[in-house]
Amino acid sequence: MKIFGYQLPGMSSLILWGVLWEIVGRMGVTFFVPPLSEVLQTLYSIIGTPAFVKALSETAYAFFMGVTFSIVIGIPTGILMGKNRLLDELLLPWVNIFLSAPLTALVPVLMVLFGFGMKSIIITTILFAVWIIILNSRAGVMQINRSLVEMAHSFGASPMDAFIKIYFWAALPEILGGVRIGVIRAVKGVIIGQLLISIVGFGALFELYSSNFLMSHFWAVLIVLFGLAFTISEFLAYLERRVAYYAASR
Amino acid sequence: MPQTSNALAQHDGPNVEISVSTRNVSKNYGNVEALKDLSLDFPRGQLTSLLGPSGCGKTTLLKIIAGLLSPDSGEIEVNGKTVTGPGPDRAFVFQDFALLPWASVIRNVAFGLELRGVAKSEREDIARKYILDVGLGGFENSYPHELSGGMRQRVGLARALSVDAQVLLMDEPFSAVDEQTRRKFQEDLLSLVQNESKTFVFVTHSIEEAVYVSDQIAILLPRPSRVSEIIRPSGFRHKGIDNIRRDSEYLDIVDRIWASLRSYVE
Repeated sequence: MKIFGYQLPGMSSLILWGVLWEIVGRMGVTFFVPPLSEVLQTLYSIIGTPAFVKALSETAYAFFMGVTFSIVIGIPTGILMGKNRLLDELLLPWVNIFLSAPLTALVPVLMVLFGFGMKSIIITTILFAVWIIILNSRAGVMQINRSLVEMAHSFGASPMDAFIKIYFWAALPEILGGVRIGVIRAVKGVIIGQLLISIVGFGALFELYSSNFLMSHFWAVLIVLFGLAFTISEFLAYLERRVAYYAASR
Repeated sequence: MPQTSNALAQHDGPNVEISVSTRNVSKNYGNVEALKDLSLDFPRGQLTSLLGPSGCGKTTLLKIIAGLLSPDSGEIEVNGKTVTGPGPDRAFVFQDFALLPWASVIRNVAFGLELRGVAKSEREDIARKYILDVGLGGFENSYPHELSGGMRQRVGLARALSVDAQVLLMDEPFSAVDEQTRRKFQEDLLSLVQNESKTFVFVTHSIEEAVYVSDQIAILLPRPSRVSEIIRPSGFRHKGIDNIRRDSEYLDIVDRIWASLRSYVE
């Protein structure tokens, strides 16, 4: 966007919303919304504390384990569903059900099955992230140019060759799109897991701050979380743009 | 079928060796008979065109020879061996080029060799040679989307040549490039047939193109597909590429083929 002939950098509108936040905070409308400056000061003061570092590492661990498993399970499953009609018929209804299901309601079941520890949190994260990755990988494979498959076949590609050298790369733009949305959903999953299953990580901090009405601490942690999710998502969007040039010409 | 035996009897002399032969090939898609009892021989070192109206099953026949489709009955022999699937004795050139959009020209050209497990440095040496041969020197590290349609098909051709198959199967290879590029391709194809001792099977829907490039033209008629006629132009091939299009035999054959196909074109 341009104002008075100046090209504004991306997301300049955040400044406007930040100013609005500051004004609302200073007016003291509600104790839920402290001024932004106070939140940022709090953020600065807690960011190096052992409690924060521990919460960050616990959350990051659960998040990265969950996302890694989702990718490792989701991409091959999606590609196989796109290639194989039978597998697709068997799995697609479940993928669609779980994609739209209120997964939070399933968390108590996971606790019974997998206990109250990190394992259940990771599985919750996977449940939030994996379905959209499967669905997008499947969609990527289904729109693949048939003659690429025939080409590989005619030059003697083994099924494994075709999988790694054709299907994966042809579906990559959709796969990356799926991973990006999956990662955003995984952030939700990991926090819900930490709040409902065992009070650790950022979930514990949220619980602690909100029950003690430490609103500026609460917002500070939330900003960190949004920032992390946003950064990862933008990085994946960047990768998507890198491969977008061939998305139209497969 | 009378025209089948007629077709088989038309080889000129016993000195022509048969590279590819199809014997009584039938193929159905559901209730639709795509090919019925089709027999055809392809002489070694020559270019045979499959020509016919759309829906006459010429691409189906080509894919059956390639081993990409299996016939419902009948069999295909390539150099005396029965075809059961794709093999290193045949290479395919695709109508839409079928290049990997995420791979450079050199990797695309070397892709057939890559799938055969040839070491990277060796296959890239071979690929470089064929990239030069098809006139794409300097574009080794370009990507397909940076090339014109004609250049892309040169990549597809170089890929098919680099695996050094005896039989080259070409599925309307020039139909997606512009008219001028196509003429250049046709001239290049003639010298390719002369210089490489390969057997070419060439599917086209252009009568002029078929007559221009072919040693043998098989006219296929549709529903169900069968060989109605085999034409072997002989008089103008040696007269040079510039004189073919005004040779009277060339013009006569074009007219004759159009006369027999006219009634099948909707």
